[in-house]
Amino acid sequence: MFEIGIMHFVVLSVVVFAAGICTLLTKRNAIGILIGIELIMNAAGINFVAYNRYVWGGGEAGSLIDGQIFTIFIIVLAAAEAAIALAIFLNFYNTFSSIDVERADEMKG
Amino acid sequence: MYLLLAAQSIDLGPVQPLLFYGLALLLAISAWSVVLSDNIVRMAVFLLLALGAVAGLYFMLAAEFLAAVQLIVYAGGTLILIVFGVMLTSKNPFLQFRVKLWERMVALALALTICGFLIFALVKTPLGGNGPLAPEAGYEQVQEIGKSLLSTYLVPFEVAAVLLLVVMIGAAYMARRRAQ
Repeated sequence: MFEIGIMHFVVLSVVVFAAGICTLLTKRNAIGILIGIELIMNAAGINFVAYNRYVWGGGEAGSLIDGQIFTIFIIVLAAAEAAIALAIFLNFYNTFSSIDVERADEMKG
Repeated sequence: MYLLLAAQSIDLGPVQPLLFYGLALLLAISAWSVVLSDNIVRMAVFLLLALGAVAGLYFMLAAEFLAAVQLIVYAGGTLILIVFGVMLTSKNPFLQFRVKLWERMVALALALTICGFLIFALVKTPLGGNGPLAPEAGYEQVQEIGKSLLSTYLVPFEVAAVLLLVVMIGAAYMARRRAQ
């Protein structure tokens, strides 16, 4: 009855994903939006690892960890994205003296 | 080290649901606290709690290497980067932005709609899990991950290496102090 199955993990990741979407839409601080994206990426990671654990494929040993490899790449991409986004925000702050995304409505080459 | 071995080989038994619901509660509460908080520093702290809970879930799912990577790279690297960003982009660290109530309502309605649709779809779909896998004797997970990164996933691995180099140079170039 209290057996933890894949459904538990997937529903939990839906909850985290919804929190990430909500953060993305309501924050006006650019770093807040970045935090929302991190939440969404973590939701995806939970899904990959849960499926890797409960729905493993094939008999060969290599396929037992495919989901975990995907999650490693997600973590790498999240770190790269955070570094680039923060560099852009720093430039933006130096130009406009603000980190409010509503003020980022003009571009200059 | 003992913890790592325990996660892989010993069945948690009756403690498992308790552990799962504890971590799930921590994760859900801290994720939604990020949404409700207006203070960027508090949001970063709640994100730290959420990332720690995700690492705990990875332990539960017998992905101990990934749990360690999550703690080191996310909680130790990305989060520090975010906190540095907060410190560099606000003269007042408790800077607040007013968000209109109707904007919050629209975002909440949209998020709950997505949540409802996804859970509805999940309930309707047979997920077909064949149960947790019991690793056979002599199965070393970290060894398998290393082997597979350098054989099956060699191309994505190299592309990720080049990406990280590009990101490092690009971020250092963009964030440099301009000579005026």
